[in-house]
Amino acid sequence: MKTVLVDIQKIKKYYEVRAGIFAQERAPVKAVDGVSLKIYRGETLGLVGESGCGKSTLARLIMRLDVPTEGSIYFEDEDIFKLSGKDLKAYRKKVQIIFQDPYASLNPRRTAGSTIGEPLIINETYDREEMSSEVARIMDIVGLTKEQRDRYPHEFSGGQRQRIGIARAIILKPELIVADEPVSALDVSIQAQILNLLKDLQKEFNLTYMFISHDLSVVRHVSDRIAVMHFGKLVELADNEELYERPLHPYTIELLSAVPVPDPGKKSRRWLMQEGEITGTTDGWGKCPFYPRCATKIEMCDEDQPQLKDRGGGHFVACHREGI
Amino acid sequence: MGTLLEVKNLSTHFDTEYGVIKAVDRVDLTIDEGDTLGVVGESGCGKTVLALSIMRLIPSPGKVSSGSVLFNGVDLLKLDVEEMRRIRGKDISMVFQEPMTSLNPVLRIGDQITEIIRLHMGLRRREATNHAMETLSLVGMPSPEKIIKNYPHQLSGGMRQRVMIAMAICCGPKLMLADEPTTALDVTIQAQILELLRRLKKETGASVMLITHDLGVIAQAAEHVAVVYTGQVVEYASVESLFARPLHPYTVGLMESIPKIDAVSGRDEYLKAISGTVPSLHNLPQGCTFQDRCPHTMQICREEEPQLWEHLPAHKVHCWLYKPK
Repeated sequence: MKTVLVDIQKIKKYYEVRAGIFAQERAPVKAVDGVSLKIYRGETLGLVGESGCGKSTLARLIMRLDVPTEGSIYFEDEDIFKLSGKDLKAYRKKVQIIFQDPYASLNPRRTAGSTIGEPLIINETYDREEMSSEVARIMDIVGLTKEQRDRYPHEFSGGQRQRIGIARAIILKPELIVADEPVSALDVSIQAQILNLLKDLQKEFNLTYMFISHDLSVVRHVSDRIAVMHFGKLVELADNEELYERPLHPYTIELLSAVPVPDPGKKSRRWLMQEGEITGTTDGWGKCPFYPRCATKIEMCDEDQPQLKDRGGGHFVACHREGI
Repeated sequence: MGTLLEVKNLSTHFDTEYGVIKAVDRVDLTIDEGDTLGVVGESGCGKTVLALSIMRLIPSPGKVSSGSVLFNGVDLLKLDVEEMRRIRGKDISMVFQEPMTSLNPVLRIGDQITEIIRLHMGLRRREATNHAMETLSLVGMPSPEKIIKNYPHQLSGGMRQRVMIAMAICCGPKLMLADEPTTALDVTIQAQILELLRRLKKETGASVMLITHDLGVIAQAAEHVAVVYTGQVVEYASVESLFARPLHPYTVGLMESIPKIDAVSGRDEYLKAISGTVPSLHNLPQGCTFQDRCPHTMQICREEEPQLWEHLPAHKVHCWLYKPK
C-alpha cells in the first residue's frame, strides 16, 4: 500500500517587498500560496512550472531552509517546523537536496572527497578510515573513480560535478531527495546519464524523489505523478500518463503544447499563442490567476479563485469550468 | 532560390598558452535565400564561435586561420574594417542568447534601437524613432511608444528577447544569426519567440542561422541542419532527412538520449546515453574525434579522419561507416 511520506498542508510563503522612498511596505509576493500536496514513499513526484512560479520556494520549505508564513509540512507524521535540536538534525539527515547548477553549488576550494564526506563528519561518528572507505564506496556508486577524490571542482566536467552533488546527497542514506532542476544545466547526452543514475539510485536505496523541472519531457520520463504549479498555486495534479494524455487545466494544456517536439513531421501539438505576459502578483484580484491568459475563461473566473478539486481517479484540477 | 551565404573550409583557431585550440575546424556550410539553417551541438562544440567568425567578431587570441565566407558572392573575410561595419547589423544581424546581458542596462530601449537605425539607414532622430516603433510592433510588442522609454530591467525576459529581435531586423537584414535565442526563456515564451522568427522570415524573406542545443527547436524551426561536434560539421542534411534517417553515431546518440514527451510512459526505461564526455579541444585524438564515445569504432577511426561524404542525396556525413565504395 502507498504510505504518505510528506504531507504538505496549505503551505504559504509570502515575501514582504519594500520599495520606494522610506521603503514603504507593498503588497507581499505570494511565492507559495496555499499548496497542499502528499508525497508517497518510493514515488517520484514531478513538479513543473515556469520560472518564478514558486517551485524552488516550495523545495526550500520542505528542506526547512525557510519558514512558512502559514501552513505546515508533516514528514512521517511529524510537523517539521516544530522540530528542534536532535530531532531537527535527524530530519536533515533524512532529507537531502540536489541543486541545479553544479558549478555554483560546490565549494571550489574543497576536493571532491571532502565535499562528499562532509555530511558524515557532521552527522555521524565515523573514524577516518571508515569515512574514507564510505566516500570511496559512494563515489563508485555514482560513477566517479577513486583517483578523483583529491581533485577540485574545476577539474571536473558539468556532468561529473553533478555526480559529486548526488554523492553528497545520498551518502547519509536519506529517504527523500529534493532534486531542484538537477539536469537543466547539462548537455543532453550528459543529462541522459544523470537521469539514468538517479533511476538506479532510487531502485537501490528505495528513495523518494521530488523532481523539480521546467522541462516537461524530462518530467514525463522520470515521474509517477506530476504537479503543475502556476503563480504559487497548484493548478493540476495527476498521474503521469493521465496528465500528459488528458491535461485539463488550460495552463497545463498551454505548457504541453508549447514544447517543441523533436520530429519535423509533427509540428508541435498545438502552438497556442496566448500573447498575455506573466505580470506581477495576483494580489487582491480575487479571480483565477490564469484569467488574463486563459482562452476558455467563463464569467465566474473573474469573480472567484478556483480551488483544487478531484475530478476522479486522483486527477486534481483548479478550474471553474465543469466537465473539463 | 539563390545561395546567400557560403562558408568554405572555415577554421577559427585560438592560440593559447596550452596550444592551439581549433574551435571551428574546416567547416563548409551554405544558406539559401529565405532558408533556415539549424546548427545543433553541445556546449563547447564551436557553434557560437562559428557565428562570431561569420560576423568577424572573434575576440583575441582567436583568429580565423583559413577559409572564406561568401555573402552574396563577396568574401567577408577580405573586407576592410569599415566595409564590414556597414554590413554588420544591416545585412547580417545577430540575436544573442542572454537578453539581459546583451542589452545596455543604462540606455533606454528606444535609444538602443535608433542608434542602429540612424547609423545604417541615415535617418534623422524623429524618423528613426518612428521606424523603431514600427519594428517593435512588428515583433509583437504592445504599446511601443511606452516601450521605447523603458530601460531593459523594466521588461520581462520574453520582452527583452523581442527587443533584441527588433534590433536585429530593424535595418532589413538578409541574414540573421540567432544564437540560442530561446534558451533562457520559459517554454511558452519560447514558443512565442520561435513563432515570431518564423513569421518574420516569411514576411521579410530573410535567411536565418539558428544555433541551438535543442533538437526539438531544430525540428520545429529549421529547414536544413548542420550537426556540429568538436568544431566540425559531422552531419548535414535537410531537417526531414536528418530526423528520418540520422546517420552519424553522434546524431543517433543525441536523438536517443532525449526523453520523448509523447512517448508512452517510460518509467522503467533507461535513456540511451552517449557514454563519456566531449573530449577536450586541447588534445583531440588522432582520427575521428568521436571515437571514444562511439559504439561502432573501427581501427581506421583511430588512425585517419573521415571526410564529409554524401551518403544520401543532399545528406552528408562525416563518418567511416559511410565511406563510399
